[in-house]
Parts: sequence; C-alpha cells; structure tokens
Amino acid sequence: MGEAIVVTSGKGGVGKTTTTANIGTALAQLGKRVCMIDTDIGLRNLDLVMGLENRIIFDLVDVLEGNCKLHQAMIKDKRFDDLLYLLPAAQTKDKSAVSPEQMEELVIRLKADFDFVLIDCPAGIEQGFKNAVAGADKAIVVTTPEISSIRDADRVIGLLEREELDATYLVVNRIRLHMTRTGDMLDVDDVVAMLSVDPIGYVPDDEEVIKHLNLKEPVAMNHEAKAGIAYRNIARRILGDSVPFLNMEEPEGFFKKVKRLFGIR
Amino acid sequence: MAKTKQNVVIKGTKEGLVFHLDDTCSFDRLLEELQEKLETSHQQILTGPIISITVKLGMRYVSTKQEQQIREILKKRGNLVVKAIESEVITKEEALRDKLASQVRVYARTVRSGQVIRHEGDLLLLGDVNPGALVMCTGNLFVLGALRGTGHAGCDGNQKCIVVAYEMFPTQVRIAGLVNFTSDEREPEKMTRMEFAYITEGRLAIEKISQLHKIRPELGRFVI
Repeated sequence: MGEAIVVTSGKGGVGKTTTTANIGTALAQLGKRVCMIDTDIGLRNLDLVMGLENRIIFDLVDVLEGNCKLHQAMIKDKRFDDLLYLLPAAQTKDKSAVSPEQMEELVIRLKADFDFVLIDCPAGIEQGFKNAVAGADKAIVVTTPEISSIRDADRVIGLLEREELDATYLVVNRIRLHMTRTGDMLDVDDVVAMLSVDPIGYVPDDEEVIKHLNLKEPVAMNHEAKAGIAYRNIARRILGDSVPFLNMEEPEGFFKKVKRLFGIR
Repeated sequence: MAKTKQNVVIKGTKEGLVFHLDDTCSFDRLLEELQEKLETSHQQILTGPIISITVKLGMRYVSTKQEQQIREILKKRGNLVVKAIESEVITKEEALRDKLASQVRVYARTVRSGQVIRHEGDLLLLGDVNPGALVMCTGNLFVLGALRGTGHAGCDGNQKCIVVAYEMFPTQVRIAGLVNFTSDEREPEKMTRMEFAYITEGRLAIEKISQLHKIRPELGRFVI
C-alpha cells in the first residue's frame, strides 16, 4: 500500500506544479513507483511541465465518469522505465466535475499499485482544494518567503488540520540567498517559525528551473542545478533519509528580526 | 381548611424588607398569597416611606416571565422598590456558563489565518496567533507565544481586562470596545518579550509584564 501526498499552497504561482513534477521525478529516480495526479481541472499544467502534453488521450474526469479505464488515462513517462506515471486533468471541464468522494476512491485504487501518489492541488481553498486533499495521507505545503504566500499557506495549514492527515510538511521555494543575507527577504527560519510546521525542503530560486520548464524536463533530472539537488533531497527526506539542510541562515538577534518585521534596517 | 403554614413571610432588616417565599407550594398559590398579604394585612409596614425589598425564593427556580409576575404584584404598592429577586438555584446552562467564565481555559495550538477562537472567561493560549486569526474572550487573554493576529480581551465590555503576549506584534489588540493598531505606532527599540496591553485613561497602552502588579493589582487575587 502506497502513500498519497497532496502538494498545496493556497496562493497560486508559488511552484506547486513544479514541486510535484520534481518530487515525482526524484522519487522515480530513487526507484519508487510514482503516480502524479493533476487535479487542476480546467487549468492543467503538470503534463506541460513533464513534457507529456501530446500524449493525453483520456483524463481524470474521463476516468471518474467511466468513459475509460483507469490504466487508459495514465501516461507512462518513458524516461523512467515503468516507474513514473501521470494522470492528467481535463482541460475542458471545471472543478465541479469531480467530487471529494470520487477522488478518495481513485486515490485508494492508485495506492494499491504505486509507492507514492502525488496529488497536484489547484490554487485556492474551494472545490478543487477539497477534491485534492480528500484522499491524501500527508500534505506538502509550498510557500515562498513572501508575506502573501506565507499568509495563504497559514490558512491552508489551518484547513489541513481539519483533514486529520498523518503529517504536514513545508517546502520553502524560491529563496534568493543574496536577498536573505542582506535582510531584504525573510529567511527560511522566519518562515518556518511563523508557520510552525516541519520543513522538508528549501529550494533556492534558480534560473535552471525556468530553463528546464522550456526543455520540458524537470530540473531534478539535472544533477548540477542547485534547485535539482534541493528537490532530490526532499525526495530522500520523504523516504525517511536524514539529509542535512543546506545552510542558508546567519545568526541574528531578536531585535534585528523585530526591526525587519517592521521594515526597518 | 385552617391555615397551618404561611407561604409568604415578611421580615424587616436594616437594609429593608425581606420577602421569604415558600419553595414547596405551587407558584399560583404563592402569587395569590402574596397579593393577599399586600392588600389585606401588614398595612402598617406596607404603607409610608419608600422601602427597598429583597425577595428570597429559596430552592424555587422562576422563569423571567414568573419573575415579572412577582414584580407586577409588588409594584401595586407604590412605596416598595424591588432591590433583588434571589434564588438558590440556577439552570444547568447558567451554571455551565458561570463555571466556564470562572476558570482559565487552556488551548495548546497555533491559531492560523482564518481561524477564530471565542471563549467565555479567561483564555490561556499555548502557541502562536498568526496574522489573519482572531482570538477573543470575555476575560483576560494570555498568549504564551507570538500574538501576530488580532487579540480581543473583555469582548463583552469589561475594560479591566488585559491582553498578555510573549511576543506582542499584533495586527490589532482590542480590549472591550477599544482598538489599537499597535504595530504601526510602536518603536521597535522599546519592545521586549512578555508584554501586556491594558486600558488607561480611555486608550490602550502596552507595558512590560513586570509592571502588571502595579497596574492591575486585583488580577493576582482573581486569577487561579
């Protein structure tokens, strides 16, 4: 029996889909059987990031409406033997085409066949969010070190508490090291302290991520890129390895934090 | 049938008259007898200067409607002023509310954006209050963590209440009907850990916890 992990954030554009694609890729590289589900019905992206768009025939809604068998809609990523699959979202419907009960049932079916089921959640906290978290055992909340995405992550963590998941982890994405050093950006410790959730990874803001988006292969496949290393570390931590976090913080006193909180340098 | 027992007994005290109403007879019977007593007997004490009275109901519970009926009868005598109607019993609901209000409720959690906690009485929160969250109570609010959201003490109007926080960076502090947007006005150099907000001279102020016993000496006696 596998494990279902939902990747969510509340705010849009913080890197949920990129994170899902890269963690999925990294887990497959480590030899695990992974299925990624895109639940962003109407605004699907995960297929694009994975470079699997042109192979979509059936989608999530087709499966749930019974138009096709589950295995017909699953797209195998040929770069990873028989390890990585994608269940794409429908592009022509909207979130109301699916119910949380249906999603829960689907995830249970997939867990029987895979080590990990990664659920890519849409932005927002409405129907799409409820669908995505319905079958999840654990959650990964993605945030960037900006107050707006931290606020939304906090809201989402509050909503996840109600779902009584086994665990909720935090990924701090798009950290600009030089800006945290000068105090122009919140550093990861502040973010983690504010959200009081266990961190599972810090991903630096890396141009390689954008290059790889255009290459249609996840950055985790690049063994040089810093972001790729960060994502592979996250995958190893999901498997239970204790991988040290990249040291990104410098010691700092209480008053300096207070000052920064109010924008005084 | 000869009357063996009086259901309404009137006694005089220094503070005025005390009406002891029997708690075993029927309520209708009680009203009848009260009416009769006021109209026929005891004329010497029931006329004359204005006199305050206390009604003691013993172990009888009266609804607001029944209480009103008693008041109506007493009102017929212009010189009687009802000071209090006392009963030894209260409803379960009232008892529970009083119990909750008299004890410090402990919550151990982080209150996150969009979440609201409301409590009757004092509230001790072991965790952070994040921005966008609202914590309110009718008594004092103690936050052993960072108060970054909105904290509201004395939310039904008690101006004596205080808000204590280990780290006081609130979006808003409210006490009774007063609101303070502290973060904008405070000088970071003067902040320490463990502070409290209170009302003084009609506005909200924030002080170090070490000043609490001077500013609210009565707190130590009531809490815990």
